Amino acid sequence: MRAADALMQSLMAEGVDHIFGIPGGANLPTYDALVDADLRHVQARHEQAAGHAAEGYAQASGRVGVAFGTSGPGATNLVTAIADAMMDSVPTVFITGQVRTELIGTDGFQEADIVGVTLPIVKHSLLVTEAAQIPEYIHEAFHLASTGRPGPVLVDVPQDLSKQEIDYTARTSPVELAGYRPNLDGNLKQIRIAAKALANARRPVIYSGGGVINANASSELRELCLSDRFPVTSTLMGLGGFPSDNEQWLGMLGMHGTRAANYAMDEADLIVAIGARFDDRITGKLDEFAPGAKFIHIDVDPAEISKNVPAHIPIVGDALRVLPKLTEEYRSLQTDPTRLEGWWSRIAAWQKEYPLAYEPGEDGEIKPQFMIETLHRVTGGDAIVTSDVGQHQMWVAQYYGFNRPRRWINSGGLGTMGFGLPSAIGAKVACPDEQVVCVAGDGSLIMNVQELATAVNEEVPVKVFLMNNGYMGMVRQWQELFWSERYSGVANGPSPDWVKLAEAFGAKGLRCDDEADLEEMMQATLDADGPALLDVRVSPHENCYPMIPAGSAARDMVG
Amino acid sequence: MAGAEMVRLEDLRTNRALSGRKHLLSILVENRPGVLARVAGLFSRRGFNIDTLAVGPTDDPNISRITLTIDGAVHPIDQVTKQLHKLINVLKIRDMEPEETVAREMALFKVSAAVENRAEIVQFAEIFRAKIVDVSRKALIVEVTGSHDKIEAFESMLRPHGLLEMVRTGEVALARGSD
Repeated sequence: MRAADALMQSLMAEGVDHIFGIPGGANLPTYDALVDADLRHVQARHEQAAGHAAEGYAQASGRVGVAFGTSGPGATNLVTAIADAMMDSVPTVFITGQVRTELIGTDGFQEADIVGVTLPIVKHSLLVTEAAQIPEYIHEAFHLASTGRPGPVLVDVPQDLSKQEIDYTARTSPVELAGYRPNLDGNLKQIRIAAKALANARRPVIYSGGGVINANASSELRELCLSDRFPVTSTLMGLGGFPSDNEQWLGMLGMHGTRAANYAMDEADLIVAIGARFDDRITGKLDEFAPGAKFIHIDVDPAEISKNVPAHIPIVGDALRVLPKLTEEYRSLQTDPTRLEGWWSRIAAWQKEYPLAYEPGEDGEIKPQFMIETLHRVTGGDAIVTSDVGQHQMWVAQYYGFNRPRRWINSGGLGTMGFGLPSAIGAKVACPDEQVVCVAGDGSLIMNVQELATAVNEEVPVKVFLMNNGYMGMVRQWQELFWSERYSGVANGPSPDWVKLAEAFGAKGLRCDDEADLEEMMQATLDADGPALLDVRVSPHENCYPMIPAGSAARDMVG
Repeated sequence: MAGAEMVRLEDLRTNRALSGRKHLLSILVENRPGVLARVAGLFSRRGFNIDTLAVGPTDDPNISRITLTIDGAVHPIDQVTKQLHKLINVLKIRDMEPEETVAREMALFKVSAAVENRAEIVQFAEIFRAKIVDVSRKALIVEVTGSHDKIEAFESMLRPHGLLEMVRTGEVALARGSD
């Protein structure tokens, strides 16, 4: 069998049904094999977007997302998506064409050392040196991408090798790699100590992250949290891991999190971190982070434990396996049910004094927060929501209220503007029966706006809700607050006309600039056949609060 | 019912991150293209400084050994080894215990050796069990093998005579005993 056909067979054996990508010279054999393969190819308009679509597909479905790119610029265009998938631990496989083996190292046409370029931003990478390796490497890539701490794996396939004939037999045994054995179970002795520490805690907080979503451990997290009245907060990536309508939910944590969540961490005596990595957006000033707390840290990646904040009780394991054991151990202990009352009255006072709030708009002005609340209403609070990066992203995180996992898809770690539209396409392809909306910023959307063509041509009916304030809003906010209002490079100006732009792509374009019309216009956008974009003109100078200024401590929150 | 009172929060401690001493890591890796680049890249990206580095084959042709030294007073060794373990091609890492390890380094020194001080250099070489491996009219090359400290000491003895050039291998090491 031709190696490129064996590649397709291997992908299908891994359960792949959709691929996002763009062909080119070096991956012509792969695209030729695609003609006969039982796979749907979604033709993106830029490889970066193909990569983000693969990420959106993976985050919405929990399955591995796959993107194709050709050699050279095709491969380097994938780099941002690969880095993004690394930072947010998204299970993805990137398959790049490479120049013919005889040209490697000669600076041949469209040659780039993509394995070298991506070394620090992949979970692993494989450069095919013999055609017979191709099926084996594909299976290794899927195994690595989807197990342990998930992440991106790159397979670089030279053009000549993918044309060669190889003996192909379908793989029947699981992949075993000598240097890769993730520890999933968690040490039971440590789990018992953790349960006892929890039983003695008087000011505990459960701090969950994207790892809980990746592990599909949301109900296990809920069981643990509800085994007592443990207050729960989460990172941006962890939203939806615990239902936001539960009374034990404190709101999001970190730079734009709620005061209740940040103050609770600040005064906690025990913090249980689950699938979270103490990112600087969470800790603020590290020396002053949670000064009175001891830490239980549960993570499948041992290198995350004690990387930023030293753990008192480290537990290496998959949240799906560790959390039920921790809950069971905790339930077996005699605990004082009244011991958390004082803690909750302190938290309740913060919640009462500092709810998320904003000044309502005047004369029909649309406040961005109001826009998100309205979106929540019209989508029944249960859409898959993707976003770009900036103020609008934080407002979605604060105001949408996610109650289920895999409903919130955004670029948390890398903070990639232009992530929202392509990831929405990927999510919609993965979950065609779900409502998929992209909340975009006007600074971000234009970075991958060409994907409206993908949505139209591939008939992927995503709905874009553009929060248009005319600025790179978050940067404008920082310049206002921390750079003496010396605005530099943040005004986006009147171009483009978003409605016409949407129409030019063949999507429906709508505009709304009056609060009174917003709900109706949003509904019309959702009801439109096919992809649609609603240009929502929001208050241009609204700031996103509350906020912990970068490098400050939680107690120094402003706004 | 286990006693919850057995774990008091105030008794919980964390491990100290910095050991304060030099560590010698012996790392077995798959013998594949690019593995050294992955290891070196990891150190540079995480800001870990490698003091010495030696790479070579093992008794198994599929496996290479990377021996490197790193300062545990500056870098948390636990974090270094955990990050290394995440590299798929890294098979095994051993943080060598100094008392249970035989560690050796080799160095070549080219020393300016006029006739009048040649005898003294030869004498130093004998004391350090070093070998004169090249002799020319104005210079000698001396080869010495030994612990890191011995090489340092030998270098400091030669330096006043005019050290023209030197090269050191970086330490290689094996654990004592049968394992």
